[in-house]
Amino acid sequence: MARIVAGVACSHVPAIGVAMDKGTTGTAYWQPLFQGYEPARRWLAELAPDVAIVVYNDHASAFSLEIIPTFLIGVADRYPIADEGFGPRPVPAVIGHPGLAWHIAESLILDEFDMTIANAMPVDHGLTVPLSVTCGQPAAWPFPVIPLCVNVVQYPPPTGARCFKLGEAIARAVASFDEDLRVVIYGTGGMSHQLQGERAGLINRQFDLAFLDGMTRDPLALTQITHTEYMREAGSEAVELVMWHVMRGALGGEVAEVYRHYHVPASNTAAGLLILENRGAV
Amino acid sequence: MKSPPDYDSIPGTYVYDARRGREGYALNMFCMSLNKPENRRSFKADEGAYLDGFALNPQQRRAVLERDWLGMLKVGGNIYYTIKIAFCDGLTFQDVAGMMSGVSKETYAQMMLAGGRSAEGNRYKAEGKEEEHG
Repeated sequence: MARIVAGVACSHVPAIGVAMDKGTTGTAYWQPLFQGYEPARRWLAELAPDVAIVVYNDHASAFSLEIIPTFLIGVADRYPIADEGFGPRPVPAVIGHPGLAWHIAESLILDEFDMTIANAMPVDHGLTVPLSVTCGQPAAWPFPVIPLCVNVVQYPPPTGARCFKLGEAIARAVASFDEDLRVVIYGTGGMSHQLQGERAGLINRQFDLAFLDGMTRDPLALTQITHTEYMREAGSEAVELVMWHVMRGALGGEVAEVYRHYHVPASNTAAGLLILENRGAV
Repeated sequence: MKSPPDYDSIPGTYVYDARRGREGYALNMFCMSLNKPENRRSFKADEGAYLDGFALNPQQRRAVLERDWLGMLKVGGNIYYTIKIAFCDGLTFQDVAGMMSGVSKETYAQMMLAGGRSAEGNRYKAEGKEEEHG
């Protein structure tokens, strides 16, 4: 049977992708951030998962305001790289895993999570930057990916508690797949940042560090943070952190933090990276 | 009457909720069209003519033509959409963030390098020093 062996939480700042694509990761500005990604890349290469589920939000790339799915799962064979307004990132197309993806979609819906299903969609920096952060610049991504989109662009996003429960349902779905697959799940976005208005640039290191600690110490308490509290304390776009709860919910009770990296600034954002291994899995 | 949402008390922040979703739909859908390279070329070639194809109101049209980034948010713009106009102009997210917060590019960049804008004094409008926004 398939099982979720680890979770990765990772900010998906577009400028991080641009720095890699333009080869500027060694500059004084970027070097401290990228240096901190090296241990995560070694860890992931060693883990060599069979599939990754990447929980992220689309940023007006695949979906506009015409149709706004709260939770969506991709079941395609392949996902092209989106043009977000300045040409697609020069990274490999993302290969899907339709077998497991369809199984998860069916299982989630029957488990009372009313997913939208996507047979065709491009993927944007929300998905590709975490892959770049953790895999570097390979000619092809090292594993197939199941994209799982959460709306955080049109208020309100789903609550943290609901996202956590979705994660738990994803774990049940994966566990009932009869192929022997080792799955890693990514929760992306955050950490503190505000991209808009007179208050742009807000960073709350204290909030972020407490959030990183809470992912292992008391994840259920974190799920009670309201949207207003995320926005007030850590910036309007920090509400993306609800997506970390999907990842955490999918891991179950016993986890071990094996790595973290936190750096300010990455453009307007506090970039966080957290690796949790599932110690409760069979 | 429904009472105003609690997040309205956050200063300098324009939450893209139902109110702004209703007001900003056409403006943001114009921005969405800029995901296509041929549309970016058409817009840059004749901005006014290109905007005629979208049902923007006069305030929205003015804000786009004048690149009033903060003004766009006040008339229903969503930052993930309006930033596409900035990409068209060769600007970055950080350039626009600086302009929205009313400081020079250098001052904004320095603030970020120094750890960003503090949450202290910036959680509630009542804490604000001068004018109220949002």
